[in-house]
Amino acid sequence: MELSPKLIKEINELADACPNKKGALLPVLYLVQKEYGFLSESILKDIAFILNIPEVFVFGVTTFYTMFHTSEQAKNIISVCTNITCSLLGSEHIIKTLENILKIKPGEMTKDKKFSLNLVECLGSCGTAPVMMVNGDLHENLTEEKIKRILDTYK
Amino acid sequence: MDYPSITLRNIKEPDSHKINTYLKSGGYKGLTRVLDDMVPEEVIGSIKRSGLRGRGGASFPTGLKWEFARRDRNFPKYIVCNADEGEPGTFKDRILIEKDPFAIIEGMTIAGFSVGAEKGYIYIRGEYVKGAEILRKAIKEAKEKNFLGKNIQGKDFNFDLDVYMGAGSYICGEETALIESLEGNVGYSRIKPPFPINVGLWDKPTVLNNVETFSLVAPIIVNGDEWFSNIGARDFPGTMIYSLSGHVNKPGLYELPTGINLKTIIYEFGGGIKDGKKLKAVFPGGLSSGCLNENEIDIPMDHKALAKVGSMLGSGAIIVINDETCMVEIARRGMKFFRHESCGKCVPCREGTFWISKIMLRIVNGEGKKEDLDLIKDLGQGMKTAAFCGLGLAAANPVLSIIKNFPKDFESHINDKKCAYNNK
Ligand SMILES: Cc1cc2nc3c(=O)[nH]c(=O)nc-3n(C[C@H](O)[C@H](O)[C@H](O)COP(=O)(O)O)c2cc1C
Ligand code: SF4
Ligand code: FES
Repeated sequence: MELSPKLIKEINELADACPNKKGALLPVLYLVQKEYGFLSESILKDIAFILNIPEVFVFGVTTFYTMFHTSEQAKNIISVCTNITCSLLGSEHIIKTLENILKIKPGEMTKDKKFSLNLVECLGSCGTAPVMMVNGDLHENLTEEKIKRILDTYK
Repeated sequence: MDYPSITLRNIKEPDSHKINTYLKSGGYKGLTRVLDDMVPEEVIGSIKRSGLRGRGGASFPTGLKWEFARRDRNFPKYIVCNADEGEPGTFKDRILIEKDPFAIIEGMTIAGFSVGAEKGYIYIRGEYVKGAEILRKAIKEAKEKNFLGKNIQGKDFNFDLDVYMGAGSYICGEETALIESLEGNVGYSRIKPPFPINVGLWDKPTVLNNVETFSLVAPIIVNGDEWFSNIGARDFPGTMIYSLSGHVNKPGLYELPTGINLKTIIYEFGGGIKDGKKLKAVFPGGLSSGCLNENEIDIPMDHKALAKVGSMLGSGAIIVINDETCMVEIARRGMKFFRHESCGKCVPCREGTFWISKIMLRIVNGEGKKEDLDLIKDLGQGMKTAAFCGLGLAAANPVLSIIKNFPKDFESHINDKKCAYNNK
């Protein structure tokens, strides 16, 4: 995997907009992850080179934040909230339903790489619990029937 | 009774996130007045007199914060909005961002004028993809109408904003960890003092406030500080958005005067407990606040009253729990959260959250011992006294408050080796 000239240009633009190149690291990681789906070791090394910061520093930051991925991800990432309010209102049942439909356990990816299933902390939507996110979309007041319909829209 | 609605007043309007809707409903009157008729000291004086205190959890007087930053002659200065909203139970900032982004932007711009800053950042949690998009569009619209950018409204004042996305870390909501994250670092909190007001982003003076705090600024300028200081509790005036969730009939956001009674919020506004069940426990200020039992909820939502019963106001997130719930499971779940979010920098929090989590798992699985409760209390007390930052200081609150309020739930797990409720 190699950074395209276009990406390198965009990375430099982000870096130049900061008082210090390092300040662009999170936006740069997002930008590159959007392009490739995840952040490989070689890509992270390239980013460290462009931003002129140590490689271990880039690895450290990448692995500290849960939303950066260092391995291949499914096309659609399902994140089910399992914090207090959602678990009071049935997140466990939501997880079971998803496990049954997708035939995977939390932390796994379907064989066709279409979906992965993750359990996450409070998504800031407790008033409409239980909730989950698929990629960037929030889905609220979940029920078994609703989940089936939602998944269909991502196939 | 009718209460004033300030920050939530616009959210039901269609297209409330567009600048024309905002302008029609009186938006930017605050900034216009500030630029036309006021000097920075007057703005700060007004915010001070209003009694506004931060809505992000720590309740620091906002005007004072701005005054300290104004007095610092080190430039450039920065304005940062804390939109990291991660405290379990809290969902007010997301709605403010999605439904009334210009109120935040106007508040930040007024802050920039007041302290002498030309640049601001909105640090938004990574999961709020939609919110970030709305904010970026709003910033663009504001620039087009010259409410952001150079020589704003023809005056000698420049101010620009950027949206910066977090990436899934609760600790980055703590102000110094947030600044570290904005600088491209791992979110380790910094030692205080120095405070961000003097040594903040890129070691420059930085005003950091919560989303709701910034949203209250322009209305205070427009309606007057006296108006604001007469709403709600004397020492913590104004309205506050309560995020009500859990086993209640009408969960949602309620903007009510500060100091209102907790029981009133749950029963009159929230419609009481769902499915005709009985109330068992309430977290009044998010998971970090620890919980109250049913006899403690007839209480005003103010700092002193809540501190007296060992809890806190926090972000005003009220989580309601019915009497068919096993509180041991809630304690386990709560500690799992803090264990996951602990940054690992200091021993009391890193080890405390790890070991209490292990012990809780053992208890839930029916392998708990009598001594376990004392062990948890010891570890928890150690965290409360010796943790480096607010996360570790609060992380034991849920489990300790549950041991105190619901010892019977623990007894059945430890003595009878099973859960007394079938919802495990
Ligand atoms: C662990 C931890 C998490 C926090 N998370 C948030 C948060 O998500 N949003 C927020 O506004 N404040 C949060 N705070 C409080 C901030 O440190 C800070 O006090 C606040 O943003 C200041 O703004 P205010 O004065 O307007 O309240 C958190 C504090 C701690 C210790
Ligand atoms: S208290 Fe916890 S989150 Fe805070 S510095 Fe220590 S380990 Fe990190
Ligand atoms: S607990 Fe699930 S969104 Fe807050």
